[in-house]
Amino acid sequence: MHLAQLNLAHLRAPVDSAELAGFVALLEPINALADGSPGFVWRLKESETDPTATVVHDYGDHLLINFSVWEDLDALWNYVYRSGHLEVLRRRREWFRRLAEPTMVMWWVPDGVIPTLAEAMARLERLKAEGPGPEAFTFRDPYDASSEAASLPAAADARK
Amino acid sequence: MSDDDLDALGLLHDPVRRSLYEAVAGRGGEVGRQEAAEAAGVSRTLAGHHLDKLVEAGLLESGFRRPERKGPGSGRPAKVYRRAAGERSVSLPPRDYATLASVLADVVEGLGAEERAERAARVAGERLGRSGGGRPVEEVLRERGYEPYADGDAGLRMRNCPFHVLSREQPLLVCSMNLALCQGLLEGLGEDPGRARLDPRPGECCVALSKTNED
Repeated sequence: MHLAQLNLAHLRAPVDSAELAGFVALLEPINALADGSPGFVWRLKESETDPTATVVHDYGDHLLINFSVWEDLDALWNYVYRSGHLEVLRRRREWFRRLAEPTMVMWWVPDGVIPTLAEAMARLERLKAEGPGPEAFTFRDPYDASSEAASLPAAADARK
Repeated sequence: MSDDDLDALGLLHDPVRRSLYEAVAGRGGEVGRQEAAEAAGVSRTLAGHHLDKLVEAGLLESGFRRPERKGPGSGRPAKVYRRAAGERSVSLPPRDYATLASVLADVVEGLGAEERAERAARVAGERLGRSGGGRPVEEVLRERGYEPYADGDAGLRMRNCPFHVLSREQPLLVCSMNLALCQGLLEGLGEDPGRARLDPRPGECCVALSKTNED
């Protein structure tokens, strides 16, 4: 099983504004760091040629979407908190608003399956509504790949 | 305090086991029997016996390293040891500061008070530094459990995170507070606080110290 993660950030200003320029300048190096990290599988990209292009979506212009797949929980954790990404994370308040509700969700997908953004948003809604469980969880309340699977619609589809 | 913890730590009363444990833990990675035996000044057979006792007690973990040469004649994979990930602690009378610290960390996060927490950590670090009595920073960090080591020409890195459990729960808050604490510590010792910076790597403390100009 692979680990899918969705992370939403609520922008303080439009992504092309001067306020966000510092963040946009970090997109290329930090995405390159992610792509080269051990256990990285896939991430949603708006453009193959422009590393500063953020994902265009229908969920509101103020939302920045980060959506990726990793080999396991440790691989993602080590990238997020044990790499140069931590320093970027420390500056988050310069660019993003604090939200009281969860903005990050993870779930397991069969190897080779790339989930859709709509499914990812549904997983986040599930986390908000029901709290962490095998089908939508967080680093704080993780579930391992063996705890879920059978009950997952995505897994069931893959076996058909 | 559990009996298991006490029994496990009791094993280290034996000086051979203690020096074998330190030889393995001090390397920060996998150590073979021969290497551990040499570091502890005992025979390979005796080292193997005691290392396996430490594995049984959960203080070390063992695994096998593939021989570098492949094919016939390359020999069996060598047994290697590394420090176990789990924590052991014994406190008399029983104390539990980690649970309270975890609750307080959640409160800080809930309030969005990360900057206040960092300022408080900086002040706490300065206090610790001043009570360090002008000793070298490496010595003070070692005493505080960071297990510092020279990282080539780059300066000092730390093998151990003294706040490990909390830094798994609240990495952003705890690593930021740890950086502030280390900066305060340097300041309190009369050194340049700018030497401490975040340079996180898997399995180590997130803070690294750059060299001083005199080094």
